Amino acid sequence: MADRSQKTYMLNMGPQHPSMHGVVRLVLELEGEKVVDVDTEIGYLHRAFEKHAENETWNNVVPWTDRLNYVSPLINNVGYAMAVERLANIEVPERGQYIRVIASEISRVTDHLTCVGATAMELGALTVFLYLIKGREHLYQLVDNLTGARVTTSFTRVGGVKGDLPPDFAEKFRAIAKEVRLCVMESDKLLTRNRIFMDRMEGTGRMSQADAIAFGVTGPFLRSTGVAYDVRRSHPYAVYGKLDFEVPIGSTGDNYDRYLCRLAEIEQSLRLIEQCLQQIPEGPHSLEPKEIKHAFEIQDAGKHGDTALLAKYAAKVDQTLEGMSIAEQSGTRVLDRKITLPSKESTYTNIEGLMNHFELVMWSWGVKIPPSETYFAVEGGNGELGFHLVSDGGDGPYRVRCRPPCLFPVAAMKKLLIGGMIADIIPTFGSINMIAGELDR
Amino acid sequence: MSNTNLRGEVRGIPAESNHEELSKLRAEGYNMLVDLTCVDYLTHGKPRRFDVIYRLMRLDASTGQDLGRVEVHCAVDAEPPVLRSAKDIWPAADWLEREVWDMFGVKFADRPGIKRLLMYEEFAGHALRKDYPLTKRQPLIGPKSGEKAGSPSFNILKPTVTGE
Amino acid sequence: MPLETETAPAGVMTTQLDAALGWARKYSIFQYPFVTACCGMEFMSVAASHYDLDRFGAGFPRFSPRQADVLLVVGTVSHKIAPVLRRIYDQMAEPKWVVAFGVCTCTGGFYNDYSTVQGIDTIIPVDLYIPGCPPRPETVIQGLTLLQEKIQKTRGQFR
Repeated sequence: MADRSQKTYMLNMGPQHPSMHGVVRLVLELEGEKVVDVDTEIGYLHRAFEKHAENETWNNVVPWTDRLNYVSPLINNVGYAMAVERLANIEVPERGQYIRVIASEISRVTDHLTCVGATAMELGALTVFLYLIKGREHLYQLVDNLTGARVTTSFTRVGGVKGDLPPDFAEKFRAIAKEVRLCVMESDKLLTRNRIFMDRMEGTGRMSQADAIAFGVTGPFLRSTGVAYDVRRSHPYAVYGKLDFEVPIGSTGDNYDRYLCRLAEIEQSLRLIEQCLQQIPEGPHSLEPKEIKHAFEIQDAGKHGDTALLAKYAAKVDQTLEGMSIAEQSGTRVLDRKITLPSKESTYTNIEGLMNHFELVMWSWGVKIPPSETYFAVEGGNGELGFHLVSDGGDGPYRVRCRPPCLFPVAAMKKLLIGGMIADIIPTFGSINMIAGELDR
Repeated sequence: MSNTNLRGEVRGIPAESNHEELSKLRAEGYNMLVDLTCVDYLTHGKPRRFDVIYRLMRLDASTGQDLGRVEVHCAVDAEPPVLRSAKDIWPAADWLEREVWDMFGVKFADRPGIKRLLMYEEFAGHALRKDYPLTKRQPLIGPKSGEKAGSPSFNILKPTVTGE
Repeated sequence: MPLETETAPAGVMTTQLDAALGWARKYSIFQYPFVTACCGMEFMSVAASHYDLDRFGAGFPRFSPRQADVLLVVGTVSHKIAPVLRRIYDQMAEPKWVVAFGVCTCTGGFYNDYSTVQGIDTIIPVDLYIPGCPPRPETVIQGLTLLQEKIQKTRGQFR
């Protein structure tokens, strides 16, 4: 005989569920539609990032960092590279820092567009999803131009960035910024004063300031409770100290405030990129007019013994080739032969350059950092993305710890969901912006 | 060079009295536990194998300013468990301690039934320890999991681990 | 791979029926997106308006395995979620096809470690492999057209 005195029942949400955010399992104890208890289970995308990083060289860890928060891969790249540079006491030239800031902010915009779009889709607003993904598509093409890949960019290296900005980057960005602003404005018009959207998002998933701080939450989540903590403001890294931006904060700490914070941050990020493009120091310049040839053609000339000609050439390096030409290198990478690959003119035309290239690329050679320990954090899409690095003098890290910003709100799910209804789980979970790659690492 | 106080002051505390020390720090105003992690110094000849690191921050809620950070190190061995849980001081410590247990096997004395966070319970061993090989898989289903070929999966499979 | 196999030599009527069914099935794919990781971003891009999947008839995801016929495994499959994947595959009704989207599902990608399944074809049979990390949307669309050809050629079992 069924036990009719039992008032609650268990419902299992996930690990595979229609949400686009990632794999997580919520075991809910429900009384009718009210949530009485929640047990969250994560780890379904654990891919051993920290263990792999121990087996790689310093530069080789960068592709692994892409896959952490995969909606904003450039922020992870920048965060890791800056942590290594902090460990090795390297300063990246200014142009390289500006490029990193531009890349980070583009990634931040894609992160927020995806989060808001996915949340809206789960609430039924499929059109908004399509609009925002259209905006994201433009940004992906821009990122493709800049780094060579849309999603998994692997853009930064220890001591700089992989490639310089393409020559038409500023015009392209201006056109795309207009498109993205239009998409955001349309979505804003569709959602922000929408009765249904407001009913579902306002008042749900509320968290107090004290709770948020106690749970270690940072990022848009913390800012929606009214605490204006942003790593870019508190600990300005790269060139954020020279840039002017606002940190949008909410007041009630519910889903609606997080949505508004994210939309405001998109606008701030676009403003930041525009300022960077104005302030960025001069790009590739050649000291004397030289004939520009492809790097492989310079190599061929060298093989044929036309060494007299070689001094007249400047290399045009493809974005997919590792390394840069002399002109591009001086602004974007630190010019230390123990850290940065030599310029392609040098690699292809003289033996010292070639040996330098091999020394940096061969296993167990490469960048070496004396034994030390450091922690560095950047502002990720979800909050403070920190890297704790331990070096023991080898060619790669001894330990890499990634502090995942979205672990903390997911750990606080109990506080967020208990007392609410089943239907409130969807917007709450969406506005946490849990990215499984970062959560489970 | 950017701001240097992201790491804050580095301190070491004895593992046996970690709860008292951390409560003192909490009372001093370190209201956010930024991170809790562990490093395995197996081959480094240190007196105790693991180094558990607590990263704390003093956050001013009204202005959003970071008023100071501190990095607290506790040298500890895997057995016997001496560390006491900090989850009553900062609720964030709950899951972070579960991850330290899961990945390193550092147990917390007042959490006897601590569950793994990232791996499944059937996983034997602690993955981020230096003596756990990277590619040693312990599959639940599929080849080398002890599953009979062609068995329907809606029977719950108890894995018999014959990992590589 | 569907269980249907050809046991009797196909006559004219049967092949026409096969072709008709193949045509109908290939242009009305109900995908079950088993999205786990970064490939999900490219899956979103493919399904959205720029690289439209809907023009291939595959635009409408069914979020229940009982109602879907193509299982799109998108993103890394870890050993923790492998039993779940097997369960979902078992819950789907014939005819069903499995697409391994992304190199992590084809062979494990560069995640040769203690927690990643080295290719989902060790746990479920796969019909189409789309490599890439993540594959560009154009690659996905090419893969989809190859899958459509495969679906077209599927023979039925008629008695």
